[in-house]
Amino acid sequence: MAEQQFDLVVVGGGPGGYVAAIRAAQLKMNVALVEREHLGGICLNWGCIPTKALLRSSEINHLLHNLDAYGFSAQNVSFDIAKIVKRSRGVAAQLSGGVKHLLKKNKVTVFDGAGRLDGVAAGGARKVAVSKDGKAVASLVAKNVILATGARARVLPGLEPDPACIWTYREAMVPAKMPKSLLVVGSGAIGIEFASFYRNLGAEVTVVEVMDRILPVEDEEISAFARKAFEKQGMKILTGAGVKGVRKGAGSVTALVEQGGKTQEIAVEVIISAVGIVGNVEGIGLEGTKARVEKTHLVVDGYGATGEPGVWAIGDLTGPPWLAHKASHEGIACVEKIAGLKGVHPLDTSNIPGCTYCMPQVASVGMTEAKAKAAGRKVRVGRFPYMGNGKAIVLGEPEGMVKTVFDAETGELLGAHMIGAEVTELIQGYGIARTLESTEAELMHTVFPHPTLSEMMHESVLDAYGRAIHF
Amino acid sequence: MPINVLMPALSPTMTEGKLARWLKKEGDAVKSGQVLCEIETDKATMEVEAVDEGTLGKILVAGGTEGVKVNTPIAVILEEGESAASAAAPAAAPAPVVAAPAASPSTAAPASKPVAAPAADAGRVFVSPLARRMAEQAGLDISAIRGSGPNGRIVKADIDAARAGTKAVARPAAPAAAPAAASVPAPAAVSAAALAAIGPHKLVPLSTMRRVIARRLTESKQQVPHFYLTVDCVIDRLLAGRAALNARSPEKGPGAFKLSVNDFVIKAVAVALRQVPAANASYSDDGILMWDNVDVSVAVAIPGGLITPIVRNADAKGLAQISTEMKDLATRAKDGKLKPEEFQGGGFSISNLGMFGIKEFGAVINPPQGAILAVGAGEQRPIVKDGALAIATVMSCTLSVDHRVIDGAVGAEFLAAFKRIVEDPLAMLL
Repeated sequence: MAEQQFDLVVVGGGPGGYVAAIRAAQLKMNVALVEREHLGGICLNWGCIPTKALLRSSEINHLLHNLDAYGFSAQNVSFDIAKIVKRSRGVAAQLSGGVKHLLKKNKVTVFDGAGRLDGVAAGGARKVAVSKDGKAVASLVAKNVILATGARARVLPGLEPDPACIWTYREAMVPAKMPKSLLVVGSGAIGIEFASFYRNLGAEVTVVEVMDRILPVEDEEISAFARKAFEKQGMKILTGAGVKGVRKGAGSVTALVEQGGKTQEIAVEVIISAVGIVGNVEGIGLEGTKARVEKTHLVVDGYGATGEPGVWAIGDLTGPPWLAHKASHEGIACVEKIAGLKGVHPLDTSNIPGCTYCMPQVASVGMTEAKAKAAGRKVRVGRFPYMGNGKAIVLGEPEGMVKTVFDAETGELLGAHMIGAEVTELIQGYGIARTLESTEAELMHTVFPHPTLSEMMHESVLDAYGRAIHF
Repeated sequence: MPINVLMPALSPTMTEGKLARWLKKEGDAVKSGQVLCEIETDKATMEVEAVDEGTLGKILVAGGTEGVKVNTPIAVILEEGESAASAAAPAAAPAPVVAAPAASPSTAAPASKPVAAPAADAGRVFVSPLARRMAEQAGLDISAIRGSGPNGRIVKADIDAARAGTKAVARPAAPAAAPAAASVPAPAAVSAAALAAIGPHKLVPLSTMRRVIARRLTESKQQVPHFYLTVDCVIDRLLAGRAALNARSPEKGPGAFKLSVNDFVIKAVAVALRQVPAANASYSDDGILMWDNVDVSVAVAIPGGLITPIVRNADAKGLAQISTEMKDLATRAKDGKLKPEEFQGGGFSISNLGMFGIKEFGAVINPPQGAILAVGAGEQRPIVKDGALAIATVMSCTLSVDHRVIDGAVGAEFLAAFKRIVEDPLAMLL
């Protein structure tokens, strides 16, 4: 097979890979992108985007059941899960088509197949073999290769996926029918979003979390606030608990859940397993290279270098946090490093916001209060409740809070933690403040428009210094 | 087209200077060659002449402004028919750099505040709010810190590095980092605010020279491993020779001279350096620089500080020539009129405090030089000669040596050569 020459080959077309490919094309590289399934990757096809479409539907369902509060009345409100899923798939398809168009516009050559490192060509260039359904379809040569093959759901023994009753995010995203009861194992962002989605559509939902609190990476106060809100919605939450085994029945599944030394049986229609991810390190030709795999992820430096000349890696294939926006930023830093641009900075992983689109939403950036204290910082903490904000009351969303953590000595904004309506849209304000290294003074001097939810961001900062006006 | 007058570099190493005063004011006609203003560098005051003809349209940097970066526009000269308005602020017009310190030092100018010296050519230091505050708290001068953020912005990490650097430099064992290490912390980082509580005082703003002395000598003491060797020289024969030679000077006229003891010391050092070339050397990480010429720097006290003009090729010059040159250099040094090449360089320094009655002292090496000779007063002392007590005129000299380049034995060899020559000045003729 004739070898095709490129400046850069990107293996994987998710938010890390396709963004890297476009940036490389902007820098005048001749780029090939190899994708085995969907342009846009998990994020766009089986992750961020379709789940947000589902959650939008559940949010509307919630509103429809509270119309009275806004002066409306409606009878016989109902939904069709098939239509909700169809809309979600349509959104994903539309955006995946958009990525295809963007790649074409930037003259990135897309190969449909699985890419694998295939040794070194004459002159030290890397070879990448592309195969589809087991057949070789192309042989690519480039000086640099970026691996961006992503990750997949971790499978716990005993919780192997079964389309009938044990789902991963994939099955949970396209239910054939609406389950009446679910057990969600794992209360990270993925588990909590599905728990929230199904609960809002009326399913009985139980969440099992091995740690002592849900959303364990978030600030402890936020975790506690979220738990209270979910329980008020009728969700059952078992923390410090684990699934010891399952027993499949006809149309149901029984989980043996151990908590505090006691075991109880919980019978549900479906179990959703959301216990983390593992990197897709297999079948990409890492054997015999200097690239090192640790706990199913590739070890890389701040620019994605693997230690093997000409082989780079970004996104979920590498270390945490495993988020689409982190992958995209890494892709850009990696490409700019390869291109030899001046002033390329590695991604600052301490400043990547995390968002969970449950109801109420959760968003955060930087250190939690506990982590800041553990790091030896003296902190000042500000809090402001949604109850004290005009816009929150106008929206009928009085539940939530904005928490800020400052270094008491320097005024550095160490972290911000929010729960409540639309916080996922608000968190970037604190992200910019942190990138610019603002102190409390600049945040206090910034004029936040009235009436908006963002005023709470201001008030929380003021509160950290004992100056909150509206609470 | 309005013409920008740029801050000139008066020497290859100059990066910034003080715009001392304007001799023309806005609206004055200027001709090529006329003096526009005076620039004060770390060591000298220089005049800036107009290169173009026209009207001084606008003064962009006021007289008395310190820390003006080289190539910053300082004024605009207008050609005929142009108005000052049309010249208003070229794109890179410098925001006014730090205003001159208030005339009355008693109003405690907030010296703890970092001096906002301009970065690059834009006249503004780009620094994040957090970095600015942390620098303030640590007493660091942000103008001395290089930014690693986007477009050279100083960010928290740079302050952290500078603070870590302060500690690292303080460790004497640290191998001498290149003096121009990134983000060299301001010398000593002592804030006046921290000292103010001690008692009533007045705050004298730092002159450019004082800053340079503070920075360079701090660097020297922190980075150069000094050791000291002292020798006593009997100079009765030198004094006799001096009297005899001075008697030969014409009464007046261009050939007149009056040799000082220091002139003999300069000559003796020069001849000794020629005899022991290993002492005429400087350390660098890439290797030892052995100087071909014998250029001797001589410390001269001047108002507000000191300066070290250079007697070049001193080993090849006669005493009368050295004496005449030294007088001229010292006079012009006191007037601030030395040219940069007259005080920049040199391979070895002499510091003589004998005229103040100092018996002996150890001097701080002037980097990158490898050694400095501290010369004390020539005084009558009892000595033991041939087993009997006698009186002689004795001058104690202490050599401060950079051990990275000159070891004890080499330093001793040099001092022995020096002593031999000083005690037997006729040897200078050989």
